[in-house]
Amino acid sequence: MTNNLGPFTTRRRVLGGLAATGATAGLATGLGTRFAQAQSSAPLKLGFQLHRTGIGAAYGRWYERTTKAALKAVNEAGGINGRPVEVIFEDDGTDAARGPQVLDKLINQEGCELVFGPLFSNVVMATAPRAAELKIPYLVCSETHSVAAGKLNRWTMQPGITDVKSQVRAVAPFIFDTLGKKVTMIYPDYAFGYDHRDFLTQAAKEAGAEIVKLLPIPVTETSFTRYFAQIPRSTEVIYHVMVGPGVLTFVKELGEFYGSNHPKLFGFIDSLEAVNIDTPSLSFLEGTHFWEGDCRYAQPDETEFDKAYRKAVGVNDQGAAINDPKEISTYAHMFSCWETLYVIKAGMEAADYKGPQDRQKFVEAVEAMSDMPASMQHPQGAKRFNGKTHQVFGHQNISQVKDGRLVRIERTSIDAGLYPDETDYTKMSF
Amino acid sequence: MKALLLHLGVLAGLLALNFLAPAYHHAMLARIMVLAVFGLGYNIAFGYTGLLSLGHALYFAAGLYATGLLSQAGWSAGPALLAGVLAGGAIALVSGALALRTAGVSLMIVTLMFAQAGYQTILYYTPLTRGEEGFNLTNAGRMLGPVNLTEETPRYLAALALFAVALLLKLALVRSRRGRVMVAVRENEERSRMLGYDVFRVKLVALTLSGLYAGAAGAAWAVLFGYVGAGFAGIQYSILPLLYTLLGGAGTVLGPFLGALLMFYLIDLTSDVSQSYLFMVGASLLILVVFAPKGILGSLRARGLKWLP
Repeated sequence: MTNNLGPFTTRRRVLGGLAATGATAGLATGLGTRFAQAQSSAPLKLGFQLHRTGIGAAYGRWYERTTKAALKAVNEAGGINGRPVEVIFEDDGTDAARGPQVLDKLINQEGCELVFGPLFSNVVMATAPRAAELKIPYLVCSETHSVAAGKLNRWTMQPGITDVKSQVRAVAPFIFDTLGKKVTMIYPDYAFGYDHRDFLTQAAKEAGAEIVKLLPIPVTETSFTRYFAQIPRSTEVIYHVMVGPGVLTFVKELGEFYGSNHPKLFGFIDSLEAVNIDTPSLSFLEGTHFWEGDCRYAQPDETEFDKAYRKAVGVNDQGAAINDPKEISTYAHMFSCWETLYVIKAGMEAADYKGPQDRQKFVEAVEAMSDMPASMQHPQGAKRFNGKTHQVFGHQNISQVKDGRLVRIERTSIDAGLYPDETDYTKMSF
Repeated sequence: MKALLLHLGVLAGLLALNFLAPAYHHAMLARIMVLAVFGLGYNIAFGYTGLLSLGHALYFAAGLYATGLLSQAGWSAGPALLAGVLAGGAIALVSGALALRTAGVSLMIVTLMFAQAGYQTILYYTPLTRGEEGFNLTNAGRMLGPVNLTEETPRYLAALALFAVALLLKLALVRSRRGRVMVAVRENEERSRMLGYDVFRVKLVALTLSGLYAGAAGAAWAVLFGYVGAGFAGIQYSILPLLYTLLGGAGTVLGPFLGALLMFYLIDLTSDVSQSYLFMVGASLLILVVFAPKGILGSLRARGLKWLP
C-alpha cells in the first residue's frame, strides 16, 4: 500500500529543495558529499501501476505477488547497485483515465525512479504520453503491438513479454500445418481482438491458408450460439480469443453446438487465465490447443529456473496457489513482471543509476540490451530485446489439454516470432 | 457583486495554485478543471433546465474524437479544438431535437441509448478509432501556436483559461433573461408554456449549450493529455458529470467544480486506505445525498447564502 503523506510532505520537499539549492549555490562541497552518500545508500523506489481493481483484477493480484517475489530475490542478492529496492504499488482500477494520475502519484508523491507493470493496453496508451512528458521510464507488460509499431515514445518499453504480433506469427505455422488451413476466427470486438484478426490474416496469406470467416463478438455478449451458426461447414480450425466473464458460457455453448464432432480448436489462454481448466463445464476443451506464454502446469522437462521461480511466487505444479489450490494463477503472463524487474536491475546497473538525473541513461542502457539467456532473471526462457522497437522477443508454448491438464507439445523458436522493424525509437529525441 | 467576487476569487485562487501547488496536485487540478467544464455544461441542462440526461458521454466523446482524429489527420491544435467544441454542440443539437420529444425517465433512457449507440459506433470503427485501446496525439498536435501543451505550466494555464471562460459564461447565462427562463421551465413547464415561452426551444438551446461545454471539455482533454479512447464514451462518463453536479449542488454555478474536486480527492485519498475505495466513495455520496440532498453549495444556499448563483 502506498504511503500518502499529502501535500505537506511535498511542500516540505519543495522547501528542502530550495534550501538545498541555496546551500549548493552558497556553500562548498561538504554538505553535497554527505547528501550524495545519503542518496547512494537510500532505497531505490520503483513504482508499479497495478490493476488491483477493475476488469484486470484477476491479473493484478498475481502481478503483485510475482513482483513481490522478484523484489525479495533482488534484495536478497544485494539490491540494485548495492541499494535496497522498494516497489510501491498503486491501483489504477484498470481505468485509462486514472492511469496517468497513478503515474503522477508514483513519481511526484512517492518519489519513484520509474514505473512498470501495466497489462491492459488502454491504460498503457493513456499513460505513455504522461511518462514522456515527465521523462519517466515506463516499462509495460502489456503484449500490445503499439510499442513495436512506433505509436508510443522513447520512454515506453516492453522488455518483459512478447507482443501479440510476435505471438501470433510464432504459432501460425503450427495452426496451418498441423491443425488445418481453413480457419474461422472468433475474437472480441475491440482492438485486442482486431490485432489477432489482422496478424493471423496476414500470416495465413503468407502460408497459403485461408481465413474462411471472421466472427467478432461484442465483449458484453452473454449468449453465443447464434454466432456459431455462422461458422462455415468448411472450417477446419476455430481460432478463439475470448476474454471477459462470458468465456465459460462461450465454451459450454460451443460444446453444446458441436457435440463431439467439432473442428480443431486453437485458443489463446488469455481466455482462461485464473480459471481452472479441469472442470466439467470446460470438458469440451479436452484435446484442443492453446498458446501459453509460460506453461501453467509444470512440464516434465521444466527448467530449474522455472521450478525455482514457481516456488518463489508460490505456485504449485498445477499452476494454482500453493496455499490455496483453488486459486489459479495467471501463469502464462505473470512472468513478465519478474523479468521486467530484472531488466530494470540490469539497466540500472549498466547505467550506474544513481537518481532521476540518470533516467535517460537508463533508457539508453535498456536500448543497448540484446540477448538475454534463460536464467533466474528470465525463467520463462531466453529473450532477445530489440532496442530500436523497444520490444522483446521470446519463445512461445503451444499446449494441448490432456486429461484436464495443459501439456506442452511445441515450443517455438525466438526467430519464429521475429518480424521487420516498424520503427526506430533510438532516433526519437528524449 | 458578491457572486462575481466569489467566482473571480476562485479563479484567482486557481491561478495562485499554478505557482504554489506541488507537482502532483498541480497536474491533478488541470484534469479537474477540464472535467469540471464538462460538469458545468451538464449543470446547464440538469441543474438549471431540469433535463436529466444519461447520455452526456456522447457529447464529451464527440469533442474528444473530433479533435483527436482531426489532429491525426494533420490539423493543428487550434482548429482541431474548435472542431471538437462544435462537434459536441452539433451532436447535442441533433440528438436533442429527437430526445427532447420525451421527458423524465424516458429522456434518461433515450439519451442513454444515444450515448450507447455512440460508444458502439466508436468500437465499430476500431480500425479508425483504435476502440478501447485508443490512440495518442503527436507532440506536434499538442502545440497551440507557440504554446507547448505537453508542458506543465502551459497546460495548467490552458485548462484554467478554458475553465474561467466556461465559468464566467455560465455565470452570465444563469443571471441573464434566458437563464431565468431555463429555471422557469425546470420549475413549471406548463406555466412557462402558458406564459408564451417555446419550452422545446428553451430546452434544445440548453442541451446544445451543454453539449458545447462537454465538447470543449472532450476536445481539451485530447489536446492537453494526449490520449483519446473509447473508455471516455462509456456510461461511466455520463454518470460522472451527474455525480459532480449532485455532489457540488445542482443549479449552482460552482457546484460541478466543487463536486469534481471532491470526487477526485475522495478517490485519491480512499484508494490509499483500501482497495474497496469505490465502495467508500459510493457510501460517502450516499451519506451526502441523504443529509444534503441539494449538494454542498445547494445546502449552503438553502441555509443562508441566498445570493449564491
